[in-house]
Amino acid sequence: MILKICGIVRIPPLSKIRFILLQNRQGKTRLAKYYVPLEESEKHKVEYEVHRLVVNRDAKFTNFVEFRTHKVIYRRYAGLFFSVCVDITDNELAYLECIHLFVEILDHFFSNVCELDLVFNFHKVYLILDEFILAGELQETSKRAIIERMSELEKLE
Amino acid sequence: MASSNSLMDSLFQRSLEDLIKGLRLGESTFISRSLEEIRREIKLTDLSTKSVALQKLSYLAALHGVDMAWAAFHAVEVVSSSRFAHKRIGYHAIAQSFSDQTPVMLLITNQLRKDLNSSNEHEVSLALECLARIGTDDLARDLTSEVFTLLGSSKALVRKKAIGVVLRVFDKYPDAVKVCFKRLVENLESSDPQLLSAVVGVFCELTAKDPRSYLPLAPEFYKILVDSRNNWVLIKVLKIFAKLASIEPRLAKKVADPVCEHMRKQNVGKSLLFECIRTVFSSLSDQETALKLAVAKIREFLVDDDPNLKYLGLHALSIVAPKHLWAVLENKEAVVKAMSDEDPNVKLEALHLLMAMVNEDNVTEISRILMNYALKSDPLFCNEIICSVLLPCSRNSYEIIVDFDWYLSLLGEMARVPHCQRGKEIEHQLIDIGTRVKDARLELVRVSRALLIDPALLGNQFLYPILSAAAWASGEYVEFSKSPYEIAEALLQPRTCLLPDSIRAIYIHSAFKVLVFSLGAYFSAQQPTSPPLAQESTSSGHSMVNGFTYNSISSLVNMIELGLCSLSGTIDVEVQERAKNILGFIGMIKHEIAEKATSQNSETEGHRAIAFMEDVFSEELGPVSSTAQEKVPLPEGLELNENLEGLQEICREVLEPMAESDYSSDKVSFSVAKLRIRDQEEASSSLPPPLESSSLLAEHRKRHGLYYLSSQKSEDHNDREGNDNNTSNEYPPANEISVDSFKPKKKISKPRPVVVKLDEGDEPKRKPDASSSNDESLSRAIQTALMGKGKGKEKEKEIVKENHEMNVDTENIEQSSRREKKNKKNGERSSKRSSRRQRGKEASVTKPVEVPDLLL
Repeated sequence: MILKICGIVRIPPLSKIRFILLQNRQGKTRLAKYYVPLEESEKHKVEYEVHRLVVNRDAKFTNFVEFRTHKVIYRRYAGLFFSVCVDITDNELAYLECIHLFVEILDHFFSNVCELDLVFNFHKVYLILDEFILAGELQETSKRAIIERMSELEKLE
Repeated sequence: MASSNSLMDSLFQRSLEDLIKGLRLGESTFISRSLEEIRREIKLTDLSTKSVALQKLSYLAALHGVDMAWAAFHAVEVVSSSRFAHKRIGYHAIAQSFSDQTPVMLLITNQLRKDLNSSNEHEVSLALECLARIGTDDLARDLTSEVFTLLGSSKALVRKKAIGVVLRVFDKYPDAVKVCFKRLVENLESSDPQLLSAVVGVFCELTAKDPRSYLPLAPEFYKILVDSRNNWVLIKVLKIFAKLASIEPRLAKKVADPVCEHMRKQNVGKSLLFECIRTVFSSLSDQETALKLAVAKIREFLVDDDPNLKYLGLHALSIVAPKHLWAVLENKEAVVKAMSDEDPNVKLEALHLLMAMVNEDNVTEISRILMNYALKSDPLFCNEIICSVLLPCSRNSYEIIVDFDWYLSLLGEMARVPHCQRGKEIEHQLIDIGTRVKDARLELVRVSRALLIDPALLGNQFLYPILSAAAWASGEYVEFSKSPYEIAEALLQPRTCLLPDSIRAIYIHSAFKVLVFSLGAYFSAQQPTSPPLAQESTSSGHSMVNGFTYNSISSLVNMIELGLCSLSGTIDVEVQERAKNILGFIGMIKHEIAEKATSQNSETEGHRAIAFMEDVFSEELGPVSSTAQEKVPLPEGLELNENLEGLQEICREVLEPMAESDYSSDKVSFSVAKLRIRDQEEASSSLPPPLESSSLLAEHRKRHGLYYLSSQKSEDHNDREGNDNNTSNEYPPANEISVDSFKPKKKISKPRPVVVKLDEGDEPKRKPDASSSNDESLSRAIQTALMGKGKGKEKEKEIVKENHEMNVDTENIEQSSRREKKNKKNGERSSKRSSRRQRGKEASVTKPVEVPDLLL
């Protein structure tokens, strides 16, 4: 699928996940991981649009919205929106699970995680994310395994 | 830049935490100050300082949009450190900021290689992650062997990541397949679910692009499907099978059983269940048991309270709707209930499903319900509703419409819906119906009149296309109207100044047609023998037409003259030209009218002039197929192959005036355009007629005999008699459409109507060339890897043939849509998404030959 608006860079239909965003209700991005090449200006546009899409939806609505030629699966945890952009053909429920798994891991790692934790430990969050998803594909689905990995890595520091 | 601070700064570097704290207190100046700091720090030799600076920079770049491309070299430096912490920061920065254009990309090749070969698995994994993110062609090529080694590593973690990277490497450097593929396949037999999940994920992506190459691996996938207990793995395998089964029907039969097994399980996860259902609906829909089971399961989704499940249920139904409408009909209540749901997504899906259910019998009822909804909804949804009513109704030349009078009045109603923004589509359909369905013209004129007379509508810019269609229809079929005077008055009312000039031009031209018609009626009213008029007075409404008295005609003429006087000086040349044309004509004819009242002489100048003008407008305009140009047989003596440079001069003169005036308004009188084309023809045929043309023609006919019309007449050589019979050879016999004879109409092959308006631009019909050549080399490589050398060549030919088949396929779609019969009510009606894709293919196939109507 070719992203219509992004005229500068053609996005190869390679990764299942295109990007993951963590944004708060005001629109500030707390985490942005892109698995496709995008220019800076494009990234900003994307973040802005996704935020607008997601923040206006009622809690009773479905957790999936169409975004350009893809889908965004999102869920709100306290004041943060976790948004994952995937292909149209992807299984939405599976990615909802994926988001929940990520949140659970963060919770375990930071002991009752809150937004501030994510702000001050952004590199750790990235680390966890990298263990979790590689090149846009979900690679580890066991919470235990990831936490073990992380503790190993911590020891190396 | 206080000097007191700089001492502090040089002694203590701000850590990342300090940076963040500082940011939270005050933004933009802090960022620029920090950036300066970072620039300074990063140039120092101490790796620790460098890495902290890099870390801060990454943070700023990730979350505050600061550019960090300039630090690329420093990132490379940091990565070369032996400390893991530094490496991590460095790789993170690289993964975040490097792109194909980064100049220092070459420098990391060696570093990556070193790390990939490292004994420390964490370093390896870092390197793999980085490679996965930024891999370029060169990197992929250079590091293939390392990846290959890692694919066989004893540490599961490393192997898993290597598998993840493999996909990227394959994409960038297809030859890597020869090296790595075998190991990849070996991993399919692993028992570690995580590993399996990674491998299957890779194959899922690969099969999505090129399913045929991976058919030989089906047995392995089957084993996984049956044995695995991990939902993630199963979902991915199901996706793979969905692709494979659609190209290999025997596979579908085999796979149906395990899929049903999964569906029947007690505590099956909803995500897995949904994926099973989706697979069944999209690829296994021929398998009876599987299908029935899936439909039963989807019902559970539909009645669930969770909006996610409801939405997914509707979504799945829309996948199966085209082939198995009964599934949708069974769940009709759920669908209707979903229409009133608050979530726009759910409503939209329900709407599409509802329209998929529409057929001849219920179209009136459903449209009525939907229009009521539309009036109550927000603008966006309202337009969606309108759009989704218009589309199925117009499909296959209005296949499901039996009562065109009702449909036309519905179109008129739509124009009055406050939020309506679908002017173009409605306009198109109004005109289309007018040209195709003769019996509906009376109603069309009635509806148009209502639209034209209402001055309020002139203020709504979304309605302009509809108004222009109404104006055109009123002018073209003025013989059906009850009161031409009223129409002319409506067309020239003062508020029309709000219209854009192009539409104004149409209004004026229609007024001209009305005038000519009225004059014709008036003049021939005195004559007892006037056959042309007798034909048209088929309904009671026409008796008034012949009753043009001197007073009524002169008031009409005066009114038109008055209305147009002011326009003869407008800036727009369109409007001005037409106004002046009419005024000139009126000037010519005015005294004839006066004479007429007094004298009894039937053959005056006026008569001849009127008769002439009537002839000009008397040809029936029919719908033109987008491929009509191809069907035109080459006229005698026309040489197509010879260089036509000599004609440049002549052509330019002829084409330019045509382009200017007629391009803006498509509804120019057909005959006028024909006059010009005739000139062109004569000019071109002035070349010496070679003998080749007739043999070329014969060849062409032989090859494409199907598309040649039986009669020898081409559109260009129509006589000037204005006889309806001439046109009926090329155009669909619109005369025969009525309530009773609806079935016979379909048997006559019609030119394919241009129904679809792709407002949002064309969708690409196939992958663009750059990627497809890469994909081909990839699939070829995979073929060889799987089949071995012998069959490799065969597969190559197969691939080439397959591409050719794809070309032929789109042609077949066109052909079959031409010969479509009305017999199947439910079959072959595409759901929105697949039909969009299909129509996108069709439209883009027909696009090159689509000529604007006037150019024929």
